[in-house]
Order: sequence, then C-alpha cells, then structure tokens
Amino acid sequence: MKRMLAATLGLLGSLMAPVAASAQEAANDPAWQAVLDEARGETVYFHAWGGEPRINAYIAWAAREVANEFDVRVLQVKVSDTASVVSQVLAEKSVGKVSGGAVDLVWINGENFAAMKEQGLLAAPGWAQTLPNWDYVDVENKPTVVQDFTVPTDGQESPWGMAKLVFMYDSARLDTPPATLDALLSYAKANPGRFAYPQPPNFYGTTFLKQVLVSTVPDKAALTKPVDEARFEEMTAPLFAYLDALNGSLWRQGRAFPKDAAHMRQLLADGELDIAFSFNPSDASSAIANGEQPPSVRTFVLDGGTIGNTHFVAIPFNSSSQAGAKVFANFLLSPAAQARKQDPGIWGDPTVLNVAGLPETEKVLFDTLDLGPATLTPEQLGPVLPEPHPSWVSALEEAWTTRYGAE
Amino acid sequence: MATQPKAVPAIPIILVSVLLAGPVLAGLAGTILPAIGYLPALGHNSFSLEPVRHLFQQPGLLTSVWLSIATGLTASVASLAIVLLFVAGWSGTAAFRRLTRFLSPLLSVPHAAAAIGLAFLIAPSGFLVRLVSPWATGWTRPPDVLILNDPFGIAMTVGLVAKEVPFLFLMTLAALNRPHVQEYFKAGASLGYGRVATFFKIVLPQIYPLIRLPVLAVVAYATSVVDVAAILGPTTPAPLAPRLVSWMNDPDLTKRLMASAGALLQLAVSATALATYLAGERLVASASRRRLVTGHRHLRERAARYGGLLVMVIIIVAMILSLLLLGIWSAARSWWFPSVLPQVWNVMQMTDTLGMSLGLLGTTVALACASALVATALTLWVLEARDHRKSASSRRLKTLVFLPLLLPQISFLFGLQLLFLSADFSGTFSAVLLAHLVFVLPYAFLALSDPWARLDPRFAKAAASIGASRARIFWQIRLPLLLRPVLVTLAVAAAVSVGQYLPTLMIGAGRVATVTTESVALASGGSRQATALLALLQLGIPLAGFTLAALLPALLHRNRAAMRLER
Repeated sequence: MKRMLAATLGLLGSLMAPVAASAQEAANDPAWQAVLDEARGETVYFHAWGGEPRINAYIAWAAREVANEFDVRVLQVKVSDTASVVSQVLAEKSVGKVSGGAVDLVWINGENFAAMKEQGLLAAPGWAQTLPNWDYVDVENKPTVVQDFTVPTDGQESPWGMAKLVFMYDSARLDTPPATLDALLSYAKANPGRFAYPQPPNFYGTTFLKQVLVSTVPDKAALTKPVDEARFEEMTAPLFAYLDALNGSLWRQGRAFPKDAAHMRQLLADGELDIAFSFNPSDASSAIANGEQPPSVRTFVLDGGTIGNTHFVAIPFNSSSQAGAKVFANFLLSPAAQARKQDPGIWGDPTVLNVAGLPETEKVLFDTLDLGPATLTPEQLGPVLPEPHPSWVSALEEAWTTRYGAE
Repeated sequence: MATQPKAVPAIPIILVSVLLAGPVLAGLAGTILPAIGYLPALGHNSFSLEPVRHLFQQPGLLTSVWLSIATGLTASVASLAIVLLFVAGWSGTAAFRRLTRFLSPLLSVPHAAAAIGLAFLIAPSGFLVRLVSPWATGWTRPPDVLILNDPFGIAMTVGLVAKEVPFLFLMTLAALNRPHVQEYFKAGASLGYGRVATFFKIVLPQIYPLIRLPVLAVVAYATSVVDVAAILGPTTPAPLAPRLVSWMNDPDLTKRLMASAGALLQLAVSATALATYLAGERLVASASRRRLVTGHRHLRERAARYGGLLVMVIIIVAMILSLLLLGIWSAARSWWFPSVLPQVWNVMQMTDTLGMSLGLLGTTVALACASALVATALTLWVLEARDHRKSASSRRLKTLVFLPLLLPQISFLFGLQLLFLSADFSGTFSAVLLAHLVFVLPYAFLALSDPWARLDPRFAKAAASIGASRARIFWQIRLPLLLRPVLVTLAVAAAVSVGQYLPTLMIGAGRVATVTTESVALASGGSRQATALLALLQLGIPLAGFTLAALLPALLHRNRAAMRLER
C-alpha cells in the first residue's frame, strides 16, 4: 500500500513540476486565461445531491460568486441519488450523444466514479491538475484526493471535500461512548434496540460493513485489490460473525433498518437510537447549529481509526460547457470557498487544501473558524483507514442481503 | 351528421393512439432488449438469458414478488370495500355530504406526502405516541416496536388504502351521479330493503361497470408503487418495485440488464394481480347472483353502516392529522421526543425556502396547466369524434388509453428515456410535457368519458333539428352542460401531472425541476422542515385546482338550480 502511494505521489510530483508556480501566477497563465475566456457566458448544469438545504444554500452562494466574477451561470440540478446521474450519462452514450449532454459537472465519488471511469463516461484525464487552485490541494497528507476508493483519479475529478466516518451520540443519554467495535457490540447487547446501521446497499450501511471489514480482515492487503471471489468467504468470516452477534440487538431486532444516514440521524434526534454515524466530522455541530439535534450531541471515533475518503466534482465526456465546469471546479477549490465550506454554520465540510501551505492572508480564514462544540480536533479524529477497492462494495452488499435482507 | 367526411373523426383517435401507444411500446422495447442481454453502450452486443438468471439469483426475490401481489391486492380490495360500504350505508344523508367535502380534496394529496405524514403519525417516536408519553405510558424514550416497515407490509397497505379510498370514492360518486340511481334507492326502500341491501342488490350491479376500470388501475398501481413502498413498506426484502428502482440506480451499471429483466417480472406481477382480481370478481358475481334475488331484506344493518362510517372517519382524520403534522414540521426548528409540539419554531426558514421555490412552483404550475389543458381538450375531441363513429375501434381505443395505467411505469420508462434522447428531444419543457401526457391523458379520459356518455342526447338532437352545426352544438350545448365534469377533469389531470416524479426526472434530464423533483431530492436528506414544506407545496397546486373546479360552476350556475351537483 505504502509503496503504491509513494509511486503515485512521485508520478504526481513529476506531473505538477511544470505548474509549480503559485496560484496567483497561474491565474495569469495563458492556457487558463483561454479557459476563462471560453467559459464566459456559459451555463453549467451542476448535478449534485440536493438533500441538505444548507449544502444547497452553499452551492447557490458559490454560483452567485462565479456568476459575478467570471460570468459563468451555474444551476444546481438537485438529485436524490448520484447514481441517477450516471444513468443519465449512460443513456446519452447509449444513443450516441457525444456532445451537448445534460450533465456538465457532477458531485461524485467512490463506486459511481469507478463506474463512470470504467465505462468511459468522463472527460479526458488530467484536467483537474490544470486548475490553478490545484496547487493548494494537500496531495501529500491527504492521499485520497488522488485515489478514490483505491482507483486513481487520473485528474478526471477535482477534490471538493474530505469525509471521515464519525459516530454521533447524545451525551445526555450516553456517558462514555464505546471506543472499539467490541465495546460497541457489548453496548448494543446491553441496550437492545438503540443501535442501528442503514440498510446496505445504502452507502452508509455499506460503509459500516467496510469499517468492520477493515478492522477484522485477516489480510489487509487484499482490500486494495479487486475482490477475489475464491477468498471472499474467508476474508469476510470475521465481519459476518460480528454482524451475526450484533443483529438481534439492533433497532427493531434487525427486522427493519434505517433507510440512510439522514434517517438514522432523525432517529437519533427522535430518541429512538443512541448512536448514529456520519461521513462529515462537523455534522453534529452543524446539526446543533440548525436545531436538528439537541445541543448535548457529541462526536466520537473508534480507536485505531475509521474509514475516510474524499468527494469530488467530475466532468462527463459529453458535457456541453466544459470550460465553465472547470472554472466552477476551480472556484470550489479556492481557499475562500473551502474555508466557507468548512464553517459548521454554513456546511461544515473539511477542506482538501493544505492549510499550512496557504499564503498568510488565506490561512487566517481557516485559523479563525469556529468548528463548533461537537467537532473533534484532527488529533482526536485519529488515523484515516483507506476505502477498499470498489469491487468489494457489490460483493459485500450481496452477501449482506443474502444473510439479513431476505428472510 | 351523415354528411360529415369519414376521415375527420379519425384524426384525434390516431393522435391519441400515437401519443399513448408510441411511447409505451418504444419504452417497452427499450426494456426488453437489455433484459435479454442487449445494451451496446455497456458493450453487451449479443443476446443471452444471463440477466434473467442473475435476477432469479437475487436473494428473497420470491418474497418480494409475493409482497407486491399481496399488499397491492389487499389494499385495492380493502379500499373498494370501504368505499362501497360507506356509500351503501350513507349515500344521500347529511353525514355523507359533509364527509364528501373532506374526501375530494384528499385526492390531491401526493402519495409520498401522505406517506411521510402518516409515518410521522404512527411511528414509535411519532405524534400519537408523543400524545400519550410519558404521562400515560411512562415512555421517556420511544418504544422499540416495529410499526413502520414491518415485514408483512401492513403499514404500507394501510398507507395505500388511505390514499386509494379518496380516489375510488370520487369515481363511485361520479358513477352514482346519474339520473336514475336515486330512484333505485327509493324503489329499494319502498320494497322494504335495508339501505345497504338496496345498494348491493340493486344499485351496485348497475354502477359497477363504471368503476371497474378505476379499480383495475388501482390494482395495477398498488402492485407496482415505489414511493409509498419505500417510506412505509418492508425492506428485508422490499416489494419488487422499489428493489427494481435500486437496481436501476446501482452504480454497478451491469445491474441494469438485470433490472430490465426485473421490470418484465414486475409486468408479470401486475398482470397476475389483475388476473387474480378479475377471477375474484367473477367468483363473487356468480356466488352472489342467487343471493341477489332471495328477497332477503337485510334490515339489521346498523353494524355494517356504522362500521363503514367509522373506517371512513378514521381515514379522513388520519390523513388530515398527517397533513397538519407536515404543516407543523414546516415551521418547526427543533421537535424532540416526547414533546407534542415543537420546542423551537422557525418561520423565517419557511419563508426563505418558499422564496427559493418560486421558480419551481412556476414550472410545476405551467406543466400542470399545460398538460391538463391538452389532455382535456384531446379527450373532448376524441369523445366528440367517437360519438360519430360508434364502432369496435372505440373499444380498442379504451384499452389503449388505459395501457399506461395498467403497465408499471418503471417497466417502460428507461426505454422511453432512450427514445427521447435519440430524438434529441429531452431536457426541455415540451419533452416533459409530452411525457406527462402519457400518464395524464388516461386519467382525463377516465374522468370525462362517463359524464360525456351520460349527457342526454336529446339536447344535441334538439339543437341539430333547429340547424345548429356540430361545432356550435359542441361549444354552446355540450361544453356548458359539462362544465363541472370538465373542470374536475382539468383538476384531476393537473394533480396527476404534479405527481409525476420519474418521468419528469428522466425525460427532463434534471433540467426541468419541479416541486416534486425537488421534494424527492430533499426527502433524501435529513431536513424534515424542508421536506414537509415541499410536500405541502406539492399538495397546494392540485388543491387549488380542485377548489377552483368546485367554485367556478357554483358561481356561474348560481341562478340555475338544475345544474347544482347535490340533487
């Protein structure tokens, strides 16, 4: 794993060498100037999950900014499931629509990215590194900005925010949250019906399976490669032993599962659950800020680290305003936009930038942020466990459904 | 009339056929090909049975199929029984008229909104439990009981019944509103039959043919419903339709082939349910034929009458409470268990969301009005043309018109999307309008064809005898006489258009955003406030339509007693 990372980093280093100029200078770069000129007056249809009013409001703000500054009109197409965007582009490819597609930019990561990349549904590689603000991206300490679920991004998507699995609990009901998976199991057994995970194939449910998998798998290296059918049983035996032990003590005795993370969070607020989880370390603080969760809600992580990844924006192969999409992607990477996004009062999504390496005037934007009462410090958040290869997702989901999803 | 050229009446019929059968058949082709392994965009260029095999390997598939059939049939039959019992026991009474006023607007409640409200009403942490906690139950935390998403689909069946009862009720009401029905009631009473017995022995056999198609549409819908199943239905495993949608949306694109095979299975499931219903219908008819003429008066009907009334009142109260809860949520900021009312209110955010939704509202209203107008006009045109060529083709037309209602949407939508894309006609307002028409037209036809047929032909004959032209008869006699049903048709059509989610999303390529697409996107997140507000907006448009349809004739006909609805 380490060697692979080093190799990727080396490769990236050499790729970036010619653009080692600062972002300020890059803004005067004639190639980028050409993109800006081309983008002027374009309309960008940005297909992004629209389930969270505060995220929609952030996107609306960003759209206003690029409209004023670069004369690019961005319209958010609010989707309920990113996979439907993949379907849209696939349908367009099916009928040979190689230009003028409906999707100009899409908020994406993981399986959806892997699927689009594999089926050739994305714009040509390398565009992400040509964005002037790419220079600020923390490629060194945040390896997932170039490795989406172990699949190299090849510059076909531009990082937007960091995600890490964190657990939320109400400190008014639960004093000391469990710090290990074993402690979690004992807690669930002692308090039946107060813990649950969303039902796979929901993304969050599958993430919980992956968290247990990476913590229990005998051969960790196998997770970085496509799943080996012959060894799948052996690799997942500890995972399913754990889930078997947990199942009867779950919410509703494991006969129904929460639909998704949002549902699980509602159940936490309703007092049905004691523990919920999120992929956004500031979610609890944001939820307190907008009144969705009681002020006593806090965050914890498991000892030994939790799964983390990066989410991105990508341009489909047949996007009708590629230049405008790039201008918007670049704006989303700017320190101002990233700092605003990290504010839990706005959204609370951690930055992909290397804050330490920013110019002083921009660094201060981050240093003065109040991360809220329920957000852990980077030290407390602990190590990031990398996502397994995307092929594990289907295999895990199918095995789960056979066991628990079809009684 | 004989002088009319024969070709003229054929135009609307051909137009409607092309508009309905074209998309449906093309859509089906686009589903069948992937189901047998052909989807070139993914590199599948040859035919195979692999997708079907893959489908049958899915765990719990049989349970899903069984759930779809069982919940769909149970909900349909229960809804019909409730409506008939209520109508039998109370038609013509003051209580009936009062409840009718509540039931008609409930028709405009979108399925998903009703389901969300109902879920919050009956969940263990929901409103009803909060009302009695902790003072009566001692519950400071919600009990861990399986009320929603139960494996037998009971919650889902209840949700479907609550939603289908208003629809079937309105259809039955329309059927009852014909010249001689009230006389049958009187005749039955004068012969000494109980009210309920009169209805089932004398009235129902006459009006059943008129409500049969709506019932079949309900069966087809209930066996393939996605949104209600996703909110209230079981998940381990889910009924077939929501599983299909999740396969269609799987990032693993090869699942699409299997999903297409699943769509065909869904077709078979709905067909089986319809066949079962029709078989049951025959059985009941032959078994009850003898009982119709035994002369038994059935005077002891109190239990049946009050039972019917009670169920109806429960449904109305539950629906209204659900909607009220949506209303409270839309203005609530924090509302934690076991508080009966929100701890913190926030009306500001409500006005913000409303302000941002104005554009969506415009698109939704424009789509609803346009598709309602086109669908109603086309229906009138077809009916007018059909009057002049009573032939076997009108039967075929009827089947054709109901095709989109009897086929599950998901079985042909993906194919339809490909059709629109290859015609380079997607992502525009007019494309979405066309797609809506496929689903709106059948309902317009359903709502209007019967009042049209019921219109006394002597009006037209009298007009023709004094030399009025066909056009004049239509504009000056038929249309004014049919003002009320035409307005109701417009309102029903607009409500159907507002309710369309998948066609709007897939044909609109996400570029045509409506209140419905936005509300589904928001429902995927955690903000109950925004979800509730959007659901209410979604409900507001058809409600406005129904209110107008009720008010306009009352205003226009205020000097004409015979044109009033209640006779």
